[in-house]
Amino acid sequence: MHTQSIPQISAALQQGQLSSVELTQHYLNRIERYNPQLNAFITVTDELALAQAQAADKYLKNGTAGPLTGIPFAHKDIFCTQGLLTSCASKMLANFIAPYNATIVEKCQVAGLVILGKTNMDEFAMGSSNETSYYGPVKNPWDLQAVPGGSSGGSASAVSARLTPGATGTDTGGSIRQPSALCGITGLKPTYGLVSRYGMIAFASSLDQGGPMAHSAEEVAWLLNAIAGFDPRDSTSLEREPVDYSAQLNNNLQGLKIGLPKEYFGEGLDPAVDTLIQTALQELEQAGAELHSIELPNTPLAVPIYYIIASAECSSNLSRYDGVRYGYRCEEPQDLMDLYQRSRGEGFGAEVKRRIMIGTYALSAGYYDAYYLKAQQIRRLISNDFAQAFQKVDIIAGPTSPTPAFNLGEKFNDPVKMYLSDVYTIPVNLAGLPALSLPVGLIQQRPVGLQLIGNYFGEPKLLNVAHQYQQRTHWHQLTPTHF
Amino acid sequence: MSLSPEQVIKIANLARIAIDTQAIPRYAENLSDILAFVEQMNRVDTSGILPMAHPLEAVARCRTDEVTETDHREQFQCIAPQVEAGLYLVPKVIE
Repeated sequence: MHTQSIPQISAALQQGQLSSVELTQHYLNRIERYNPQLNAFITVTDELALAQAQAADKYLKNGTAGPLTGIPFAHKDIFCTQGLLTSCASKMLANFIAPYNATIVEKCQVAGLVILGKTNMDEFAMGSSNETSYYGPVKNPWDLQAVPGGSSGGSASAVSARLTPGATGTDTGGSIRQPSALCGITGLKPTYGLVSRYGMIAFASSLDQGGPMAHSAEEVAWLLNAIAGFDPRDSTSLEREPVDYSAQLNNNLQGLKIGLPKEYFGEGLDPAVDTLIQTALQELEQAGAELHSIELPNTPLAVPIYYIIASAECSSNLSRYDGVRYGYRCEEPQDLMDLYQRSRGEGFGAEVKRRIMIGTYALSAGYYDAYYLKAQQIRRLISNDFAQAFQKVDIIAGPTSPTPAFNLGEKFNDPVKMYLSDVYTIPVNLAGLPALSLPVGLIQQRPVGLQLIGNYFGEPKLLNVAHQYQQRTHWHQLTPTHF
Repeated sequence: MSLSPEQVIKIANLARIAIDTQAIPRYAENLSDILAFVEQMNRVDTSGILPMAHPLEAVARCRTDEVTETDHREQFQCIAPQVEAGLYLVPKVIE
């Protein structure tokens, strides 16, 4: 049952071969059995899931069901879920029961998806390995010694081990794509503004974007149909005509121009990853695409400026956690300053504190021009590089991550080394473009992802290319051996 | 760019984060490493380049000035650490 794709499950539900309650119970059983090894879920919502599944079965019987009705699903614990713990994997919010639903959660409910639980993540989405979670690290189902990537590592691990057919993630510098690559699944970071940020706990507001994670591009397209769209409650949400993201999946790739940035294939790229990426590109070439060499010359500056921009925005966004209105409060504060300082000092983990402090420094009097302003200027250069590239090519392709999954603990004590694992994903967020990661092979049983980057609102094209690749290969259908 | 322990204390204070005295050298080292890494930005001449604040150059949307929100005070305060008579409680600020 759990090896079926979302369209296959949907058909079985619609035809009455399977009930949502049976399906949901099956996934809950798998979570109970495998989650202790993986730590992919922070909260499992058994009762709510079964109640939603019962309701879904009614809709399926009376003919009012949509294509996603009754399909189990999970949300990253960064999305507010009314009446449920929404911890953002932080001690700061370990007692936070959200008083309202994020728009993405509401939209999934309207679509009839059944919530299995909330997935683990790096604290406040700050991390590339899922090791900064207050609830402990998540394991990669392909190899329990390996990290699942981050920050949406719980979602990636859960989908990969088939504890849920799909999940939401968020991507500020690669947090959907990098864990998707490391866990061997398909994940999409949409164009900035396509999916509402309302009720998504803010990290870096000019970069954050929610998106779907599943096994295949076709499933991602189905899920994107449910979650994309204008939301008046998010001031950066874009007003656009609705698009059917699955409509173009079957277009042929004849004459499609794929750009290969030489900066994405240079120093730092694991040669074994390079080999698998080249093989995947040949597959696309055989499907009719043309490969062109391109340049994105400002790529090396993306990671440094990201750590100024993201940290500055995080220091501002996270100033709301003051121990007064909700969240963690220290014991017996002496005065107001002590209340603020100890609540924040005790409530935040080490990486979050590092980033708040870098951001505070970059925004402090006398340093603004040298850091934040300078970084925003270079951000435009990076965006211009992409704009020039898209005059010549339809999409851009390269590795999602320079290496397969690294071991737990391997980079944990060296922040800069950790940051460099996002070197190919960060430029996309800075420019606000859509990008997708899909599995293209294994190196010693650890998955490798191919990243496809599109122009603004190029999601249908990205999903089309990924789907055509997946029609010719089986990597997206693999399940890790012990699950 | 290397940060001194005094600078770390000052930044932590600005950020309203209490840090252990023993942890200060570690923060100084980590933060200095990050700032040294960020220094690469200075190799680029950015004079005359417009800073990019929003990926799609979108501007804040306006809406008509009408009441859209209802009162959720009780609901919001039930998750607060300490409230009384509809007010959030904090340690005494004025003696």
